[in-house]
Amino acid sequence: MTEQTRKTSRWTIWLPLALFAAFVVLVLIGLFRPAGRDVASTLIGKPLPAFDLPPALPERPGLASTAFGKGQPRLLNIFASWCIPCRVEAPQLDRLKRMGVPIDAISVRDRPEDLRGFLAQNGDPFQSIGADDDGKVQLALGSSGVPETYVIDGKGTIRYQHIGEIRPEHLPLILEKLKEAGR
Amino acid sequence: MIAEFGLAALWLAAALAALQLIAGALALTPRGAALAGVVRPVAVVQGLLALAAFGALILVFAETDLSVKLVAMNSHSMKPLIFKIAGAWGNHEGSMLLWVTVMGMAGGFVALVEKRLPEPTMLATLAGQAFVSLGFYAFLLIASNPFERLSPAPPEGNGLNPLLQDLGLAFHPPTLYLGYVGLSVAFSFAIGALVTRQVGPAFARAMRPWVLAAWIFLTVGITAGSYWAYYELGWGGWWFWDPVENASLMPWLAATALLHSCGVLAARNALRAWTVMLGVVAFSMSMIGTFLVRSGILTSVHAFAVDPERGSFILALLAINIGGALTLFGLRAATVTEGERFRPVSREGALVLNNVMLSAILGIVLFGTLYPLLAEAMGAKVSVGPPYFNPMSAIFFVPMLVVLAVGPLLRWRRDTFARVRKRLALPLLAVLAGIAIVLAIGDVAVLPFLGLVLAAGLAVASVLPLRDRNLRRTPLPVWGMVLAHFGIAVALFGMASESAFSVEKLVAVRTGETTRVGPWAIRLMAVEPVAGPNWTALEAQMLARYQDGRGTELRPQSRSFWTPPQQTSESALLTRWNGQLYAVLGGEATDGRWQLRLWWKPFVPMIWLGGLLIALGGVLALAGRTASDIRRLVARDKIAYRRTRQGR
Amino acid sequence: MRRLLALLLFALLAVPLAAQEEQSTAPYAYRQLDDPRQEDAAQALMESLRCLQCQGQSIADSDAPIAGSMRSLVRERIAAGEQPEAIRAWLIERYGDYVSYAPRVTSLTWPLFALPLVLIALAALLLRRRFTRRDGA
Repeated sequence: MTEQTRKTSRWTIWLPLALFAAFVVLVLIGLFRPAGRDVASTLIGKPLPAFDLPPALPERPGLASTAFGKGQPRLLNIFASWCIPCRVEAPQLDRLKRMGVPIDAISVRDRPEDLRGFLAQNGDPFQSIGADDDGKVQLALGSSGVPETYVIDGKGTIRYQHIGEIRPEHLPLILEKLKEAGR
Repeated sequence: MIAEFGLAALWLAAALAALQLIAGALALTPRGAALAGVVRPVAVVQGLLALAAFGALILVFAETDLSVKLVAMNSHSMKPLIFKIAGAWGNHEGSMLLWVTVMGMAGGFVALVEKRLPEPTMLATLAGQAFVSLGFYAFLLIASNPFERLSPAPPEGNGLNPLLQDLGLAFHPPTLYLGYVGLSVAFSFAIGALVTRQVGPAFARAMRPWVLAAWIFLTVGITAGSYWAYYELGWGGWWFWDPVENASLMPWLAATALLHSCGVLAARNALRAWTVMLGVVAFSMSMIGTFLVRSGILTSVHAFAVDPERGSFILALLAINIGGALTLFGLRAATVTEGERFRPVSREGALVLNNVMLSAILGIVLFGTLYPLLAEAMGAKVSVGPPYFNPMSAIFFVPMLVVLAVGPLLRWRRDTFARVRKRLALPLLAVLAGIAIVLAIGDVAVLPFLGLVLAAGLAVASVLPLRDRNLRRTPLPVWGMVLAHFGIAVALFGMASESAFSVEKLVAVRTGETTRVGPWAIRLMAVEPVAGPNWTALEAQMLARYQDGRGTELRPQSRSFWTPPQQTSESALLTRWNGQLYAVLGGEATDGRWQLRLWWKPFVPMIWLGGLLIALGGVLALAGRTASDIRRLVARDKIAYRRTRQGR
Repeated sequence: MRRLLALLLFALLAVPLAAQEEQSTAPYAYRQLDDPRQEDAAQALMESLRCLQCQGQSIADSDAPIAGSMRSLVRERIAAGEQPEAIRAWLIERYGDYVSYAPRVTSLTWPLFALPLVLIALAALLLRRRFTRRDGA
C-alpha cells in the first residue's frame, strides 16, 4: 500500500457543520420572525414627490402635490373602484372625515362611471380625486398596491404609509400618526 | 375504507422502519449479531407497505373521494382522470408520502441487491436509511396525515391549480423526487461507511449506480421543469434563478460533483473523505431544497403556503439528519485517510478541479438564494436575481468548462500538458472559428459570447476521448461520458443563442393583419371561443410563414378555468431545426385588435435537447456499470457454486 | 388552521377579483419602443426589476397591472434618453433594494460579492495543501 496516513486538518472538517448550524439559525429567525410580504415605500420622512393629476370625475377638482404642505396634515388615499378591500375601508375613511381629517385620493386605473358607482355605494369622504390612469404617480409614491394611505404633514413630508385597508382597529394608529404629523 | 387501509399501511411501515433502525443498530454490537438476518427483509417489507399507502392515496384521488380532506382540498370531480391521479402528489401531504414511498422502495431495493459491501457496513447503511425515513414517517403521521377524513364531506372539491394541470408538470415533481430520494441512498451509504470506517473502492462502486440514477432523474426533472416554465408561464423565459429552481439545481450540482469523485474513489482509491462528504451534502441539499420550497420561507413564483408549524417540523428533521451526519463526519473524517496520491496534472487532478468548481457554484447558488433571508434577519429587504447569479456562477463555470474539455484526455495519476497539447488543436480551432463567426454577426453581450464560443470548443473536445479507440470495444460508460459532455455543449449553445439572438415582438393586430418577427410573417386569422373539459378559452388562429414559405397554423389560447377560477395563457410553439417560434394571445386591445406576444428564439430547443443528452449519457453509463456488475456477480456465484461442489 | 384555510381560499378568490382590474392602460405596457437599441436597453432593465405584486417575477414576465405600469415607465424614460441605471436608482429610492434583482454593493450586500473571493481562496488553500505536501505517488 502506498497509502499515506496524513490526516485532513481539523478546522476544514468541522467547517460544513458550522455552516449548517449558521443555516439553521438563519432559518429559525426567518420562520419565527417572518418579515411581512408588504413592500413599504422608502419615501417616509421625505417630501411628497411632485405630481399633478387630472380630475378622476369631470365635475370634481383633480389633485396636485401642491395641495399638500399647507400647514395642516392630510391623508392621501390610494384606491380604485375595482378593489374589494377599498370597500372594506370606506366606513373608516368616512369616520376620519367626520372627525375633520382632510382626505384626498388618487384613483388608480379607473373609469369615471365605475368610480361614480363606487362613491355612491360606499360614501365619498374625499376633497379631491386625481386620476392616475397609467399608475405612474403610484410608482412615484413608492406604492405597490391598493388601497394604501399616506399621512402627509403640514410641510408636505410623508410621515406614514398604511399598506392595505384601514380596519376599525387601525383608526387609533392613523389618528396617532396624524397627531404626530401635526406637531 | 381505502383511506383507512392507506393509513394503516403507513403506520405499519413506520413501525417497520423503527424495527429496521433498532435491529440494524443492535446487529452491529457483538451481542445483537443474531438480529442481522432481520434487517434486509424488514427493509423490503417497509418499502412495499409505503408503496401500498401511496397506492391507496392514488385510489382515493382517482375516485375523488371527497370525504378525504386532502382530496376535497386539492381535487374536483370535473377533472380529467390523469390530473386527478397527478393531484395525489400535487400537494404537500401527497408529495411527502411520495417521498417516503420512494425512500422506502429504494431502501428495500438496496437490501435486496447490494451484496458487495461488508455486512456491518450494509447494516449501518440500512439503519441509516431507516433513521431518515422514520423522521419523514413521523412528519406525515403527526403533522400532515394525507388520509385525514372530512365530515361531513363537501359536495365538491376545490380543484387543482390550473397551472399544474399540465402533463409536463404532473410528472415533473415525481421525477425530481426520485432524484432527491435516490440521493438518500448515497447518504445512507456514507453514514454506513463512516460508522464502520470502510471507505474504499467497494463503497464507491456500491454507491455509484444510486448516484447515477438519482442524477439522471434530477437532470430530467430540471430539464422538464425548465421547459414547463418556458411554455406554460407564457413569457418565454426558461430559467429565472427563482428559489424553487435553485432548490432543484443545488442537489444536481452536488450530485454531479459526487458522481465524479465517486469515479476517482472507485478507480483509484483516492478522495475518500471528500467523497463521503459529498454523499452527505448531496442529500442534504435535497432536504434543504425541499424545506425551502415547502416552508414558503422564501418569496418565489411557486409560492406554497407559509406554515411555520410544518416548517419547524421539517427543520427539526433537517437539523437531526444533516447535523448528525456532519457531526459523525467531523468525528470520523480525521481517521479516514486521503487515499492514493496523484499529481495536479492528471485525470484525478482534473476531476478535483471539477469538484472544486462545482462546489463553488453550489456555494454561490446557496448563498445567493439564502441572502434575502439573511438581509431580512438584519432588517432589510434585498432581491438577488439573474444579474447576480449569471456572472458570479460564470466565474467558476467558465474555468470548469475548460477543465471539462481537457480532463478526459489526461491519464490517471500523472500526465503532462505536452502530451495532450496536440489533441487540443482541434477544439482550439473550433473556439477560434466560433469567435470569428460571432464577431461577424456582431453585437453579442459578454456572457452569451463566452457561452457560444466555449460551446463550440467543448462540442469538439467532448468527442476527442473516442479518438484512437476501437469504437465497437469502447465501454458504455465512456460513451456515456462523451454524450453527457457533448450534451453540456449543446445546452450551453442553446442558452447562449437564446440570450444573444432572441427577437421579441409585442403587437396589437386586427384579424386578417400580418406582423413580422425575425424571419417569420404571422397573420392573425381569427379569435374564437373554444371549450375544454374544465375550462373555456379564447383561441387565436394564426398562420405563420418562415421566410414566406409554406404556412403553418398556430393556436395559442387564453384559458379561463373555473375550479379554482383562474386565467392562464397557453402559448403555441412552432419548432424548426434552427429555433422555435413562440406565440401568446394577450388581452383584447381597443377597436377590435388583439394583443399578441411573439418571439423567435433561434436554437432554443437545444437547451432541453442538451439536458436530455446529458441524462442519456447517464443512462448509458448506468447501463454499462450495471451490466458489468451483473457479470461480476454471476462469475462470483459460479465460483462459489463450484467451490461448494468440490467441497462435497 | 381554519384561518390558514380561509386565507388560502381568499388568495384563490383574489385572483379573479384582481383580474377584473383592467390590463394596464399605460401606453408602453404592451408596446415596444420603435428604436430597437432603446427597446433592448429597456428589456434588459425590465428583466432585472421585480414585480411588486407578484413578487417572484420580473416586470418583464408579468401580466400584473403594476408590472405594466412599471414597464411603461421604464420604456418612456429610456425613450426620453434617461440611463437605465438612473431609472433603477429612481425606483430603489422609492421601493428600496427589494425592487431590483441586481444587488448593489452596499454595507448590507458586500458579503454577496466577497463570496467568490472567499471561495477562490478556500479552493486555492485546499488544492495547495493537497498537491504541495510531499510529492507522493
